[in-house]
Amino acid sequence: MSLLASESEILAPLASGWFLEHAWLIPVVPAIAFALIILIGKRLPMKGSELGVLSMISSLVLAAGAGYQWIQRTNSATEEQFVEPVIRSWSWWRSGGFDFGIGQHIDGLSILVLIVVAFISTLVQIYSLEYLRGDRRYTHFFAALTLFSGGMLAMVLADNMMLFLLGWEIMGLCSFMLIGHWWEEDANSRAALKAFFTVRTGDVGLLVGISMLYFSANDWTQEHLGVSGFSIRGISAWALSGAPNSTVITIAAVALFIACIGKSGQFPLHTWLPDAMAGPTPVSSLLHSSTMVVAGVYLVARLYPVFFVGLDILGSGGNLIVVIGGITIVISAALAFVQNDIKRVLAYSTVSQLGYMMLGLGAGAWLPAVFHIFTHAFFKACLFLGAGSISHSASHHSFDMKRDMGGLRKVMPITFTTWIISTLALCGVFPFSGFFSKDEIIDNVGHNGYNLFMIIGLIGAFMTAAYMTRATYLTFFGEPRGASAGHADHGDTNDTHNSHDANASHDAHDVEQSHGPHESGLLITIPLIILSVLALSSGFLNATPFGESWERMKLWVEPRSVEVVEETHLGGPGESLIINLPSAEEVHSKSVCGSAQPETGICYAPQLNHAPFKWLKAMMSMAIVFLGIAISWILSTLLFTKRAPRLVGLTQRVKILGFGHKLLVNKYYLDVLYEKVIVRSIAYPVARAAYWFNQNILDGILHAIANSTRKISGWVYKNVDQLIVDGTVNNSATLTKSLGTAAQPTQSGKVSQYAALLFSAAAVAALVLVIINT
Amino acid sequence: MFVNQFLFLGAILFCIGVYGVVARKNAVLMLMSIEIILNSVNINLLTFALRNSSTDGHVFALYIIAVAAAEVGVGLGLVLLVYRNKKTISIDDLSEMRG
Repeated sequence: MSLLASESEILAPLASGWFLEHAWLIPVVPAIAFALIILIGKRLPMKGSELGVLSMISSLVLAAGAGYQWIQRTNSATEEQFVEPVIRSWSWWRSGGFDFGIGQHIDGLSILVLIVVAFISTLVQIYSLEYLRGDRRYTHFFAALTLFSGGMLAMVLADNMMLFLLGWEIMGLCSFMLIGHWWEEDANSRAALKAFFTVRTGDVGLLVGISMLYFSANDWTQEHLGVSGFSIRGISAWALSGAPNSTVITIAAVALFIACIGKSGQFPLHTWLPDAMAGPTPVSSLLHSSTMVVAGVYLVARLYPVFFVGLDILGSGGNLIVVIGGITIVISAALAFVQNDIKRVLAYSTVSQLGYMMLGLGAGAWLPAVFHIFTHAFFKACLFLGAGSISHSASHHSFDMKRDMGGLRKVMPITFTTWIISTLALCGVFPFSGFFSKDEIIDNVGHNGYNLFMIIGLIGAFMTAAYMTRATYLTFFGEPRGASAGHADHGDTNDTHNSHDANASHDAHDVEQSHGPHESGLLITIPLIILSVLALSSGFLNATPFGESWERMKLWVEPRSVEVVEETHLGGPGESLIINLPSAEEVHSKSVCGSAQPETGICYAPQLNHAPFKWLKAMMSMAIVFLGIAISWILSTLLFTKRAPRLVGLTQRVKILGFGHKLLVNKYYLDVLYEKVIVRSIAYPVARAAYWFNQNILDGILHAIANSTRKISGWVYKNVDQLIVDGTVNNSATLTKSLGTAAQPTQSGKVSQYAALLFSAAAVAALVLVIINT
Repeated sequence: MFVNQFLFLGAILFCIGVYGVVARKNAVLMLMSIEIILNSVNINLLTFALRNSSTDGHVFALYIIAVAAAEVGVGLGLVLLVYRNKKTISIDDLSEMRG
């Protein structure tokens, strides 16, 4: 460590600690637990679930420790100092000159997501203990769930794109296994396949993007930082250095964003997300709140410099991310209005909220978008687990709001309260957590000059409030219907529902309990309560309305856009210690990051603005939200309870409304487009062409070859085969037979005799050896 | 270094083992005799390893111990199966392989 005395006065040494240095353990623990569950899980007293829960708890402890030490690290830095991420990397394997590393990249963003993932996973696993009790593949469920979280954790702390890709794909595989957990039912396995293939479509973009970045960035990163072109830190610095060719980085950013579209369910590849509801509810909760779908958003946030430069964020006009995010917000919110399945409403709401995150990232509102990942995870997990609680205890595993729910607020007070808190957080009502993140996104999008998209965001907020009110009304208010009214009909009608959890063994234990709706057990309600408390309070970690001192997230998570002059010293094996020495002038000229080429140092984060908070704007969006709630409430009451004759059946009477309704019910015909048009138009002509080729060309060649072969073989048979070959074979057979007859007596079948022969032969051989040697 | 004594011990053990394999009718005793043969070889290997002061012989001896353990495992398994099917472990009764 060759820190000069004069510089070290300006620059406080950054604090570090055991948890930060060993953060790579966080995904390793679930990976080991996965192997153990698979190997010995079935023999354990709780069928392996205790291993899953324990591993998630230890990951959470490790992540929380790392979070605490990261806060200390940011506090130990001066105001304008770039807080170096804690990077450790080892060589994984080398092949053909490529060096693939494995390691950790710990900064505010990864710590934040690590904590969220570990936390939600822990609660979901505890919840699953009760929800899946008696399931036929209980052990496998916990194994897959643990590996799923492990994949996400590995992806989040990856220090290079190869490890990132590994975690990303592990998640894709596990989501397939978990969505298709009850694969006996055709719809479930179809949903799993759909999720897998849709995401795979996007994954092609990830591979293309990673390779493009590697080949264009590797020289620069090797020269300036001594790391490979896979390194996330290297790629970020390279993107902001002014070195990259603008076409290359644009194509790479678009390719990476296609992967995000697939993974994060953005338009037009969002169709897999609602179908993914076929999995058990804890899976939906984990998948939709913190794990799978956040991965795409995380990729954009992680490689933000690449997208910032490649897609010209904050430049004039819109860019790809903003446009896709904006479209996604509105179309998926509209779809949520026509769903009867409570989980599907939540699924479309997730798609819409992911649209907000993308919108924020695309419009330069990095911190609000990342903060929205954080708050959204809590209230969305709570909503999904609440839906699961209803189906588990009140509606006989049905998720149909219109048929089997209603009036549940009295029988399920805890579920109802947590649901309401989370719904208000989702709608963005002050002071629930969603307000502080979503309103910030909308505000910053407008502040950065994307006025059209700010209006789209407000429309989205209105629609969110309205469809959530509709869902809440249908579930908890009005008259109880179907199963929730206590009709003991689940033996026969359950099979006709297309939206229930297809879990036959569920019913077995359900029979023992009293029929009719009741509150769920403690293992279900405690996670709900914890999550709703967080949905209420987590927003205060970055409460912009209360002034600078409340903006903890900005201090802890946002990378400071400072030009860094670096000296790289190679430390231990494959590990680099970095010392930054920004001189006084560069600290003041920091605004060049992102807008121009840095002069002497290296930039890791582009310069972003933050919109000043104004109560007036907040009031306006609040008013829009309350308007949405009120209108939706009145309409719901009229439609579903009073059955006002002017409203019921309106879509059948008015043509244009009917058309809109049909469009929404059929999900904009996107599924039809994908399955009927695209897949068929590619698969069918290919199949026909292949058939024609097979019949005419391949068969013709084959026939010609066969005929000539027959003629040749006839000649060979007569001359070569009969005379030469057969003669040889017959003669050698005769010889062998006579030899065999001669040796027959030795084969007495008596083992002792064999042994005696063996040893006497050995003795003779030894004697010969001795004679030869002397 | 009394090399001779060790070699004599090895030779005697070897002969005992060979006698056991050839003369005994009990399959288990045959297996034990094979073990004795293997261990006499071990003694030889170790003796020469000590004389040449190299570790190669030790390594081979370790290998032989491991192989012998595996061999006994398989052998006993076979004997057990034979007993289950034939209700005897006398080698002389098992001459179906006669040519």
